[in-house]
Amino acid sequence: MTHQYPALTTEQKKELQEIAERITAPGKGILAADESTGSMGKRLNPIGVENTEENRRRYRQLLFTADQRIDSCIGGVIFFHETLYQNTDDGTNFSQLIKDRGIVVGIKVDKGVVPLAGTDGETTTQGLDGLSERCAQYKKDGADFAKWRSVLKISENTPSELAIMENANVLARYASICQQNGIVPIVEPEILPDGEHDLKRCQYVSEKVLAAVYKALSDHHVYLEGTLLKPNMVTPGHSCPTKVSHEEIAMATVTALRRTVPPAVTGVTFLSGGQSEEDASINLNAINNCPLAKPWALTFSYGRALQASALNAWRGELSNEKAATEEFITRAEANSKAALGKYQSSGSGTAAGKSLYVENHAY
Amino acid sequence: MLKKVKDCPYILPETFSSALISLLTELLCKTPVNRLRNLECLKMQAFFRGTSFDSLILQKTPVKVILELRTHPDWPAKALRGLSLDIFDDFDCDKIFHSPSTPTELSPTLATMDLATEQTTGQCDSNQRLQDNQSGWTHQSPTLSEAQKRELHETALRIVSPGKGILAADESVGSMAKRLAQVGVENTEENRRQYRQILFSADDRVSGCIGGIIFFHETLYQNSDTGIPFVKMIRTGGILVGIKVDKGVVPLAGTFGETTTQGLDGLSDRCAQYKKDGAVFAKWRCVLKVSETNPSTLAITENANVLARYSSICQQHGIVPIIEPEILPDGDHDLKRSQYITEKVLTAVYKAMSDHHVYLEGTLLKPNMVTSGHSCSTKYGPEEVAMATVTALRRTVPPAVTGVAFLSGGQSEEEATVHLNAINNCPLAKPWILSFSFGRALQASALRAWRGHKENEKVATEQFIKKAEANSLASQGKYTGGDNNYTDAGQRSYGSSHAY
Repeated sequence: MTHQYPALTTEQKKELQEIAERITAPGKGILAADESTGSMGKRLNPIGVENTEENRRRYRQLLFTADQRIDSCIGGVIFFHETLYQNTDDGTNFSQLIKDRGIVVGIKVDKGVVPLAGTDGETTTQGLDGLSERCAQYKKDGADFAKWRSVLKISENTPSELAIMENANVLARYASICQQNGIVPIVEPEILPDGEHDLKRCQYVSEKVLAAVYKALSDHHVYLEGTLLKPNMVTPGHSCPTKVSHEEIAMATVTALRRTVPPAVTGVTFLSGGQSEEDASINLNAINNCPLAKPWALTFSYGRALQASALNAWRGELSNEKAATEEFITRAEANSKAALGKYQSSGSGTAAGKSLYVENHAY
Repeated sequence: MLKKVKDCPYILPETFSSALISLLTELLCKTPVNRLRNLECLKMQAFFRGTSFDSLILQKTPVKVILELRTHPDWPAKALRGLSLDIFDDFDCDKIFHSPSTPTELSPTLATMDLATEQTTGQCDSNQRLQDNQSGWTHQSPTLSEAQKRELHETALRIVSPGKGILAADESVGSMAKRLAQVGVENTEENRRQYRQILFSADDRVSGCIGGIIFFHETLYQNSDTGIPFVKMIRTGGILVGIKVDKGVVPLAGTFGETTTQGLDGLSDRCAQYKKDGAVFAKWRCVLKVSETNPSTLAITENANVLARYSSICQQHGIVPIIEPEILPDGDHDLKRSQYITEKVLTAVYKAMSDHHVYLEGTLLKPNMVTSGHSCSTKYGPEEVAMATVTALRRTVPPAVTGVAFLSGGQSEEEATVHLNAINNCPLAKPWILSFSFGRALQASALRAWRGHKENEKVATEQFIKKAEANSLASQGKYTGGDNNYTDAGQRSYGSSHAY
């Protein structure tokens, strides 16, 4: 390995880096609208909407037709395959619509999780077969970035070394293939918040997982400046009895990233992973106000945390569309501010926030 | 009689291991609420390290059988035969040890005793279990307490505080022979002492330039002409004392001239002693070479691993490890190749650091700058060197690492300073301090001025002070000497040198 066999030309590298920078430009983040058909069922059923292709189209439409207020908040939108080829009511292709607004189009390319035999319920993610051809096609169809989600769980015996190594490896393969096709890979090693582990344990596991991810990316000669990271924030497990403050979450998250994510990575776009809309914004804001040096952009790639209120307002009714879109715009603007560390949540006072960091330094 | 029982005085024989002593102290604790009684706390005891707690054996099988099993592990079936199990029929180990009541704090004796290095003070928290080999490493075993981490981090910050770098004065006896031969001085212990004295007696102009000095073992125990220990002289000037702890390179069989570095044996005890003798940081040098076939994967992983072991041991003793994975500039490789190899090496180093649970905030990195090989036909300007170096670091060094102190590796004094200055002016985001840890690049002129003559000592010291001040400026990007001025026009030329 002592000789470099160039994976990318200078022009290819430049293009990838510029795409990554556009997506995570100051104040901008990502709308993750890539719910699979199955996931959409889980979103639509609770609001009494039938999970049909048409309803999915109508729903995505009310997000994508939001007015220019979102142009300074949303740097990229992640599509599900089906959605990439759907149109608005008046026949405009969704991908084209988004692209024309100056927002970068992304595509989910993984094919879901599959079990890892011999582990305690752990998984890897499939989707590498024919990925190169699919990427080439998606690039023609307007996509400039992609997303691939790997999943890890915390329990007594997990994540195991195999799960960490295997998922890191498959993420690196995916990233390498994407870059060959001019597509910026978003690398998502999600550690689920399920469990009773505390903040410290989540931080420890996150550090180990991310160290493995970046070793794998290096081994696979991935160009880091042309990638984005989509990690979980570091939080206690859902069933953990100890509650922590937003600043503690911020400290633990930033510390974990500082110990593992090379500065060359252009941006970190957090997943919301089941947090409420408000918590996801407050936590992102706290992260951006954390006093430690943070050389990467720290922004959002939210699904539920951007859409929950919009879904509730819509409930499938044509007459509710404008109101639903307004809910989405509100969350987009809130998270845009949070990405700049300027979010003022109506409930808490953010002025006192800074001083709370020092005591809670996450060693 | 009652008093005797209640007081329960006892003496623990000195022949008992410290682990056994602490276990017995815990069990015989007079205050019931502080007494060791919870399975989790029991498992944490150093005495039981490495033992698996098989509840089946524990609740049913007498001690004699356990001892037998230890010597004859293939006898479990035989051991259980003929045992009357009625006595402990209703004895449910799990029910008693996993009671719903929360574990209490460790008894004060355990908390304050200086045990095996992995113990921390504080509560017996169910999340701080010892590793169970079967479930992997998903639980964090406490490596360092918060206080220990804080001490390491602060030491690292002090060594490379703004404008400060390191004087590497740790040349071994063999290396000193080469230096002294060049100026016609005999390589005796006295001459080495006199030479180091020249450096260490620099006035307080260097206290704003030098944050730490790396010593060789011999020098740590030498004194000035007036009988003041060198260590004391340095510390009085507010400079921190470091110590070279590796024991040189050794060949890696099956490779093409590659090496690893030895020195781990007894390193823990040596670190403890050095800490007592005034050292707060250490240095360990690994060497990699660039050639058609090198560095090999083995050389990279082996050196990364040994650096991580060394770091781990140092931190246990409150010593900040300086991590030096030097890639030699010998060869005709170009800048791009050097950058590529540097990136691969550093990635391996930090993966090893993570695997060995090293606390990055309490470390410093001492890498080579990214330059072309000595025999490379293409010449590169300082901006190109800076771009390549900073890019390589940005792709591999986590921001948590407190500082990067470059080695000069055979560059001239001026070259090293100019490069360091260019690095600090590089427009890419650089979240670590970028400073120097120079040997020859701080001492060459001083050595030449001295030539072993007493009357040259002051002049020699002045030469050293000048270099210290120059590099102090360079570490802030403010060096204006030499051929190149970076304060204004410099910025433009970086763009074209962008190191993809």
